[in-house]
Amino acid sequence: MWKWLHPYAKPEKSYNLAGKMLPWFALFSAISLTIGMVWGFVFAPADYQQGDSFRIIYLHVPAASLSMGAYLSMAIAAFIGLVWQLKMADMAVAAIAPIGAVFTAIALFTGAVWGKPMWGAWWVWDARLTSELILLFLYLGVIAIYGAFSDKLLAGRAAGILALVGVINLPVIHYSVEWWNTLHQKATISKFDKPSMDTDMLWPLLINLLGFGLLFGTLTLMRFRNELITRESHRPWVKKLFIEDK
Amino acid sequence: MQFDSFSAFLAMGGYGFYVWLAVAFSLLSLGSLTVATIVKRRQIIDEIKNKHQRIERMRAAEKMENTL
Repeated sequence: MWKWLHPYAKPEKSYNLAGKMLPWFALFSAISLTIGMVWGFVFAPADYQQGDSFRIIYLHVPAASLSMGAYLSMAIAAFIGLVWQLKMADMAVAAIAPIGAVFTAIALFTGAVWGKPMWGAWWVWDARLTSELILLFLYLGVIAIYGAFSDKLLAGRAAGILALVGVINLPVIHYSVEWWNTLHQKATISKFDKPSMDTDMLWPLLINLLGFGLLFGTLTLMRFRNELITRESHRPWVKKLFIEDK
Repeated sequence: MQFDSFSAFLAMGGYGFYVWLAVAFSLLSLGSLTVATIVKRRQIIDEIKNKHQRIERMRAAEKMENTL
C-alpha cells in the first residue's frame, strides 16, 4: 500500500488528484443537500412537541457533527505532519481549520435560535454549549497561529501542536450531555441504540449529514489546492499550470 | 407536503423567525466561505502570473543595451 500511496506525496500529484475529485464531491454534495433540505423543511412531519421549530435540526445536527468530524480529521493531519514531517499534512490542517470554524459557528448560531423558542434562552453556560464554544476558539487559535508565522514549516508545527492538544475537547463535547445535567437533548442518532426519531424525520437528517460531509470534502479540496499552489508557487510545476508559453 | 400554502411554509407554525434566521445564517456563512475560497484561488493565480511577468521584464531589461 505504501508503494501505491507514495507518488501522491508529490505535491503535483496531490494537486491533480484533488482537482479530479473536486467536481464529484461538489456535485454529490449539492444533490444530497437539495434532497435533504427540501425533504426536511417541506415534507418531513412537524414534531409533536416542538412543532416546526424542530426543522432547525436539519442544519444544527449536521453542522455540529461535522464541526467535530472536521476537527478530528484536522488533528489526524496535524499528527501526520508532526510525526512524518509531511508538508502537505500541514497544508491540510490550514485548509480544514476555517471550514471547521464555520461549521462550529453554524452549530452555535442555529443552536441559539433553536434554544430561544424551546428553552426560553439564547444561551446557557452548560457543558455542551460551552465545550462547543471552546471548539470554536480552538479553530480560531489554529488559524491565528498558522497565520502568525511567515515561516510556514514553523507555522505548521505550532498550529499542529495546538490542534493535537485540542483533541481532548472532542470526547468532552460528545459525552457532555451524559456527564452533566443540561438543557440540551441527548443524542438523536447513536451507534448502539435505535434512533430516537421517526424514520420520516430521520432519513432527511441522514441525507443532510451526508451532504454536509461532502460539502466539507469539497471545501477542503478547494482550500488544500489553494494552499498547495501558494506554498509551491516558485516551483516549475505550478508555473507550468498557469503560465502559457509564448 | 406538510404545508397547505406558501405563506404557511414561511410561517413555520409560528417559528418562522427562528427557523429562517438559522437558514439565513447557515447559507450566508457557507456561501461566503465558498466565495472567499474561489476569490483566493484567483488572487493566487494572478500573483503567480504577475511575478513571472516581472521576472521576464527584468531579464529583458538586462539584455537591452544601455542607451543613456
